[in-house]
Amino acid sequence: MTNMSTALPRPQANGDSRPYWNAARERRLLIRKCNACGLRHFMPRHQCPRCWSEELEWVESEGRGSIHSFSIVHRAPTSTFAANTPYVIALVDLDEGPRMFANVVGNRALDVAIGDRVSVTFEDRGDGALVPQFTLARD
Amino acid sequence: MASSHPLRNKIAIVGVGESDIGKVPGISGLGLNAQACKRALDDAGLKPSDIDGLLTAYSFTESYTMLGSSLCEYMGLQPSMCASMVAGGASPGIMLRHAAQAIALGLAETVLICAGENRATGLGRDAAIAVLAAVGHPQFEQPYGGSIPGFYAMVARRYMHEYGTTRAQLASVAVNTRSHASLHPNAHMKAPITVEDVLASKPIADPLRMLDCCLISDAAGAFVVTSAERARDLRMKPAYLLGVGEKHTHEHIMCAPSLTHFGAAESGRIAYEMAGMAPADIDVAELYDCFSIVPIIELEELGLAERGQGGAFFEQGHAHIGGKLPVNTHGGMLSHAHAGAAGGLFGIVEAVRQLRGGEGPRQVKGAEIALVHNEGGILSSHCTMILSNRLH
Repeated sequence: MTNMSTALPRPQANGDSRPYWNAARERRLLIRKCNACGLRHFMPRHQCPRCWSEELEWVESEGRGSIHSFSIVHRAPTSTFAANTPYVIALVDLDEGPRMFANVVGNRALDVAIGDRVSVTFEDRGDGALVPQFTLARD
Repeated sequence: MASSHPLRNKIAIVGVGESDIGKVPGISGLGLNAQACKRALDDAGLKPSDIDGLLTAYSFTESYTMLGSSLCEYMGLQPSMCASMVAGGASPGIMLRHAAQAIALGLAETVLICAGENRATGLGRDAAIAVLAAVGHPQFEQPYGGSIPGFYAMVARRYMHEYGTTRAQLASVAVNTRSHASLHPNAHMKAPITVEDVLASKPIADPLRMLDCCLISDAAGAFVVTSAERARDLRMKPAYLLGVGEKHTHEHIMCAPSLTHFGAAESGRIAYEMAGMAPADIDVAELYDCFSIVPIIELEELGLAERGQGGAFFEQGHAHIGGKLPVNTHGGMLSHAHAGAAGGLFGIVEAVRQLRGGEGPRQVKGAEIALVHNEGGILSSHCTMILSNRLH
């Protein structure tokens, strides 16, 4: 089973991340870009983790990247996720630079390998909440 | 080459203790800590009134806001130095470093350091796994079902990809460690296992299987730190602090600078430099082993094996008692005990015991210099310690 269910938790936005999660509801993946040093970072912060500038903007990611590493989870951390095992967790290196953590979903998700190309997709968590996920580009 | 570091040769561990370990339903988490503290004081030949500082870490089962104060209250201690230090599994080494600084500056004379909790019976396995999942980032990891074994599994997967570390080599870490635990009177799991047993155990987070994962125990450990000068008059042979180093690079795995290079190399470099020692000087190593991949990485990061050769080191038996460099002689967190920050603390307890000598079949013959490595988070916070049974 490789499609996560709508019973799964919805992310709770905070002051740093509200634009990110609001954009996800519109199926857009935003990342933070520093206008002082140029670093694009993830997870979204109030200031740049490299130069500490607060001159940050939100830029839209193309949503493409590659698998840096992954695991197929057989023993889930909570009962909600247990219904979805086995599922894939992965570190995805976006083409814009930042690394993020998500699931690889889709019919062939369990065939994932390091270096595989992936594209963003958005998973419905109910009540309009969407979370970024990734599918194998060859799917 | 001798270093002139102000803490080197100045500080000693003079008493160690372990609580009852395994499933201990008759004692609370604070009670386990108190039991370990009493045993450490008895070992040192000291009384509670001799203690003027207490440091402890954290507890998932009894999450008092002021854990250090709660523990002192429980034990009837009123110290002039007290703190709860939270750096995951790296906490014990970091607490030792802070105690050493306080003692060297004359701010405290004798500091008791303890950690542990009743994670097996106070929480239960399912609840423990769920609480531990909260280690994942609440917005960017937890909503994806990230688990601690899953995070370490991604490290293992990448490490295997880059360095050719094999699945069987991971298993050999667990087998080696279990064989040492079988020689320890207080270890949680002693039944011998084989590489085949590890490979056939339940899959948890691919490539990690159940026997690649640390235990969930009721356990606490404690040790007593004082000045090298005062240690001379005490009951047990002191274990002197020669070197200690920390490095912190991230907290969540998604923000780790690398999945193959971690802070252990730098914490180790600082500790070796302070001690005036090199990897070749180490007689016994107590490494952090929450998952079987971790001691392999640490062995390499700390210069105790060539990069990419840590797995083969275990597979070829070099980490066994009697081998080139015995690793985790007490059975580590994979077999001796794991309960919060107690896991890494038992590495310190075991190093002190090895340096005293007289551990019977578990004794590393002629052990004079021990290295202990603690790490917390997902290889996020690191602390390396070098101890010896004589001044250098």
